[in-house]
Amino acid sequence: MIEFGYSLQANRQIDMDLNNLRMLKYIRNNEPSIDWCMSCGTCASGCTAAANCDLSLRRMILMVRRGEEAEIHDLVFRCRFCGKCLNACPRGVNTRNVIYWMQQAVININAL
Amino acid sequence: MNIEGKKRLWQEYQKEIAGDHYFFVRSCIRQSFFPGAEMMFLKIMREDLGKDVVENPGHTTCTGIGYHSDIVPLETTMTVVARQFALMTEAGYKNYAVSCITSFGLYSEILETWKHHPEIETRIRENLKRATGREFRIPENIAHASDILYKYRSEIAEKAKYKLVDKTTGQPLRIVEHIGCHYAKMFPHKGVGGAEYPHVLVGLAEALGGEIIDYPERRHCCGFGFRHYIVKVNRGYSLSCAKVKFDSMEPYKPDLILTNCPGCPYFMDRWQYAIGEMEGKTYGENGYGIPVFTYEELAALCLGYDPWEIGLQTHQVTPEPVLRKMGVSFEIDKKYLGPNGKEIGRPEKPKVLVVE
Ligand code: SF4
Ligand code: SF4
Repeated sequence: MIEFGYSLQANRQIDMDLNNLRMLKYIRNNEPSIDWCMSCGTCASGCTAAANCDLSLRRMILMVRRGEEAEIHDLVFRCRFCGKCLNACPRGVNTRNVIYWMQQAVININAL
Repeated sequence: MNIEGKKRLWQEYQKEIAGDHYFFVRSCIRQSFFPGAEMMFLKIMREDLGKDVVENPGHTTCTGIGYHSDIVPLETTMTVVARQFALMTEAGYKNYAVSCITSFGLYSEILETWKHHPEIETRIRENLKRATGREFRIPENIAHASDILYKYRSEIAEKAKYKLVDKTTGQPLRIVEHIGCHYAKMFPHKGVGGAEYPHVLVGLAEALGGEIIDYPERRHCCGFGFRHYIVKVNRGYSLSCAKVKFDSMEPYKPDLILTNCPGCPYFMDRWQYAIGEMEGKTYGENGYGIPVFTYEELAALCLGYDPWEIGLQTHQVTPEPVLRKMGVSFEIDKKYLGPNGKEIGRPEKPKVLVVE
């Protein structure tokens, strides 16, 4: 085959009417401020844990909203609950609590 | 398709398109991607419609691709554009006809910026004066070249030798129209029909007898996206975008894709080859692709210009099946002969995509 130097990527479009929102609903019930997130990424820019891993609350919230549960399974447990993101978030999202309920959602995934 | 609703929407987005005396500015990339297209626009305008269109060989790139790739600063871009306006002013013209969608979007963006920030316009005028000694007037009318063919679509249809109709069955050809993102997505009122359902190519295709088909990803970008393409490792994004469109239009069995942007016809044409090589997938009938045309090429074809004069031999996806369907007469032996009658060279055949 010809070596193009780039390749096709699988289509990751999501049907927003059909995607799996059980995790989002569970977190929202326990911490409604998740809905205020505007994906600015301020939380991730100052994150203590992000110095050593790919933790980004912005990205995790996005993945939860898209129903891509597997994307947060491991990362969400890397948070150190230092609360820097809580101070940083311009929308007043209760970030630490969002992460706590994300962890609970992953732990109790079969009961959601 | 809910035609009534769309007609109402289209009514709200009608723009002023000058009728004659245009200062025409070419696109840097269209001339190499589809070399016959702009020539056909000039021929149709001058010879078929009898309009006055001038050009200036001193016209340069608008720097749009450099600007959108974050390589050229906006102030430089604005000054270069001011110089283009100066060329028009010096030629004594007021109507600016733009071949390229990127340039068209850029002109709209710059003029809108100057409207809200006159101090920037003043600074650019000073820059231009200092750098080149030139002065300029803002064009009274800026139209994309596809707007102009849209305006004269009935005249073109009246003179047309061929229609966008299957000669054997009498059924209209099924056409997918694809509008360049920068035509109206940034400034909906600058485009005929607005951003959601632009009418500019629909009007031309329907006037020539074709049927427009709607499909889910109709407004999806072709994948050009400047940085997606220019940086080689990013090209997978460009390719993947185009594939989303092909996958979405395939079930509607389009006869051809009609476009009005430099990038869209190029990528939608060439990526059909790349997808064929990578995945063994083709989108037309019997291993062929879906032919892609620019608006000038299609108008010229209907007006009876020779397909090889239009430059259709530079297309990756073979146009012959649709030419036969329309009953266009052409000589296959002349496909690779240049205007001087000499062979221009033949491209290698792809492994998967069927070409003639
Ligand atoms: S609380 Fe967690 S997510 Fe927020 S800054 Fe600290 S480690 Fe990062
Ligand atoms: S800082 Fe707040 S609004 Fe911004 S991405 Fe993080 S949670 Fe969302």
